[in-house]
Amino acid sequence: MDLSHIFNSKKVLVTFFYAVFIFISFAKAHPSGAHNSEVDQTETLTSGEEEDITKVILHHISDAHDWHFWGHGEHKVGLPLPVILWTKKGLVTFLSNKYDNDKKGQTVFEEKGQQLVNFHDKYYYPSPEKNAEGNYVTLDENHIPTNAKPLDISFTKNVASMFISITILLIIFISIARSYKRREGKAPKGLQSLLEPVILFIRDDIAKPQLGYRYATFMPYLLTVFFFVWINNLLGLIPFFPGGANLTGNIAVTLMLALCTFILTTINGNKNYWGHVFKPHVPWWLYPLMIPVEIIGLFTKPMALTIRLFANITAGHILILSLISLIFILKSIFVAGVAIPFVLFISLIELVVGFIQAFIFTILSALFIGMAIEEHAEHGA
Amino acid sequence: MSLNPLVSPDPGLFIWSTVAFILLFFLLSKFAWKPIVKALNERERSIEDALSKAEMAREELNKLTSENEHLLKQARIERDEILKQAKILKDQVVNDAKVLAQVESSKMIEKARHEINNQKAAALEDVKNQVATLSLDIATKILRKQFEDQKKQQALVSDFLERIELN
Repeated sequence: MDLSHIFNSKKVLVTFFYAVFIFISFAKAHPSGAHNSEVDQTETLTSGEEEDITKVILHHISDAHDWHFWGHGEHKVGLPLPVILWTKKGLVTFLSNKYDNDKKGQTVFEEKGQQLVNFHDKYYYPSPEKNAEGNYVTLDENHIPTNAKPLDISFTKNVASMFISITILLIIFISIARSYKRREGKAPKGLQSLLEPVILFIRDDIAKPQLGYRYATFMPYLLTVFFFVWINNLLGLIPFFPGGANLTGNIAVTLMLALCTFILTTINGNKNYWGHVFKPHVPWWLYPLMIPVEIIGLFTKPMALTIRLFANITAGHILILSLISLIFILKSIFVAGVAIPFVLFISLIELVVGFIQAFIFTILSALFIGMAIEEHAEHGA
Repeated sequence: MSLNPLVSPDPGLFIWSTVAFILLFFLLSKFAWKPIVKALNERERSIEDALSKAEMAREELNKLTSENEHLLKQARIERDEILKQAKILKDQVVNDAKVLAQVESSKMIEKARHEINNQKAAALEDVKNQVATLSLDIATKILRKQFEDQKKQQALVSDFLERIELN
């Protein structure tokens, strides 16, 4: 009974999707040449759109050495960021806009006696000779260079975005902490009352149920992870500076967060936890099977955490970018009438997803730590 | 075979994010989470305290109220008792007074009657004496007259005799 309205709304949604697809196929059947020039000006799409769109989207969701605001080529406006490379000849640093005219690896430049080449915003040691396309790189079948590269520890767009988010977090929470001190024992006010329910939610619905009486020890970690992931999810949804970096959709960051949980789990694991791994509650002759499975299980947990957050956030970004790209693929401004409401709709969903993924990451971290510190691992038999 | 750059973790970003996250963790733990969690716990405790105190006060009040009521009830019962006893006493007093009055009055009546009787008896005695004296006087006078005439003396004696026989 209660579900009927959901089915109804689903029906409406499905109808809407069909309408959009019919509209799109109609628009594609009658491409209007009048809009071509506009499209060409706004994006660097000339031919072979699908291929280029993929590149544009991948470019948007991956890290960059500069913070691009708008414009292209000579009119490009952006914030150059420091490039820091640990090369064979030591540390090499320069601003990213110094060598970004050629991103196809056609010119070799030398910085502090180290020859380097920029290929798609990544720095490689150049190949001794040009390849057939005039690049100093050797490409494999996926068009990825096989050249060796220096350790790139540049202050990239994602790093900058991360420091922005960290600054925001510090400002918000230190000011909240101060208002807790100033208004001791009184009702929360302003920002404090906005975030207090969230903090209480983490304490009462995540930490306490999963960690039991030892919850207080892990509260700082859980709160930090939750707010770090949440604010970066939200910053990622802002399409322009200071947002726009896809930090929580970057596998290095999610891997780092998952490893933090993994390390906490491992160093806090008690006798029960390790006993469960190395002496599982199964007949002894199953040990050769179970012990490897349990050991793999130790590592699948952080893997799952890594992939889940990365995939969810990246998928959201790809979805939004794809919907916007529809306008350029179909070369019709009218597609925007459909694409933009959809982008708005998906963006709203992404707002929710941003919170949910932060919540899921935190609750799973708490769950894994809780499993490691559980006192009584009773197993029936 | 190379991994898609999307799913190959970039070591530089990994290093930066590790350093930044650990820094964030320590800064927030020291300057934010510790005071916030402490303040929250303290406030919760104080709220709980206040609530339990309020509960206690309410119980105290309830106890007082019920005690008051009890006292009032007792007082009322006592008052009723006193009134009842007073009524009984009053009735008794009235009754006693009535009985006493009756007894007294009947005694007085009895006394009066007695006096009356005495007086009556005295008066009768007096009347009898006077009657006797008068009768003797009369008789003397009559006899003097009668004895002046023989015949009349004779008639009288016979008359007397006749009357005695008739009686």
